[in-house]
Amino acid sequence: MSPLELVGSLGIVGYGLGALGPGIGVGLIFASVIQGTARQPEARGAMMGTAWIGFAVTEALAIIGIALAFVFGGL
Amino acid sequence: MTGVFGLIPLETGESGEEGFQAPGVSSFDLPPLFEGGPEWFDKYALMAIVSVILVLAFWLVMARKNSLVPSKGQFIGETAYFFIRNGIARDMIGHDFRKYLPLLIALFSFILVNNLWGIFPLTLLPTASHVGWAYGLALLVWVVYNGVGIDKHGPFGYLKHTVLPSGVPWFMWPIIIPLEFFSNIIVRPVTLSLRLFANMFAGHLLVLVFVLGGEYLLLHTDSIVNKLAGVVAWIVSMAIFGLEVFVQTLQAFIFTVLTANYISSAAAEEH
Repeated sequence: MSPLELVGSLGIVGYGLGALGPGIGVGLIFASVIQGTARQPEARGAMMGTAWIGFAVTEALAIIGIALAFVFGGL
Repeated sequence: MTGVFGLIPLETGESGEEGFQAPGVSSFDLPPLFEGGPEWFDKYALMAIVSVILVLAFWLVMARKNSLVPSKGQFIGETAYFFIRNGIARDMIGHDFRKYLPLLIALFSFILVNNLWGIFPLTLLPTASHVGWAYGLALLVWVVYNGVGIDKHGPFGYLKHTVLPSGVPWFMWPIIIPLEFFSNIIVRPVTLSLRLFANMFAGHLLVLVFVLGGEYLLLHTDSIVNKLAGVVAWIVSMAIFGLEVFVQTLQAFIFTVLTANYISSAAAEEH
């Protein structure tokens, strides 16, 4: 009986796991932006500015995941 | 008969063999620009030097022509200047923001131009996709915000100010102090540099995958379905370029905003 061998890139699996958190996080950020705009449309500009800052900081984790997946033994 | 309409699985070959050579980290290692030149002077160094010349020329020209009723060029420069001055520096740092305004303007301009090399037709490579450039910028920011804090509070006062937020009960100190030290002094420059590098690297890699994959599908395979997929890949790569413009501008803005935030939190007064 030959042992089963899994081949592939573990880094990409790690990226897939690591993209769960930022996905939820970005969704939460823009959900609150949409709700806040619904409650008070005049505050839209200030909210969108903070939303983009929060988006970039949260997205950084997922992007670091994909970049390091390639760096540490990808394709 | 399987040739024309079947989907031939793509053999991903290693370099030197037949098959698709996927772009990877090795696509970012560039040779020195001139044959006999120094090894560090590759395309990245040339792009950085040209970007410094461009940024200097822009802001020097902006500082000189000052009429009360602005012309179009002066309006563009003033918009950029006030965007950083009001939106980032004054809002985040507070009342003595003028000391740090030149650094923030220089950082934003330099990073923006270097990121936009990624969509400029002659270069098509963002400088920060080579990680050393991101490390250097983050090291500069780390030295600046720690220096500001030490200058304002003294070395031990700054350490205490950074590591111990006000209002923490004494039994939480063994947890809070290592965590805050690690987060404020070690993790901040790492995430700052990695955020810039990873965004530029991943974005450029995405463009490479679509363009090189489309080229392989279109020109090196035989089935018609693969060729159509290659054309679609090329069309979608245009959309990816558009996304890259947005990401590059956003990352330059975020780097500057976070620098201002770190400076303001280091120089903050005790409540």
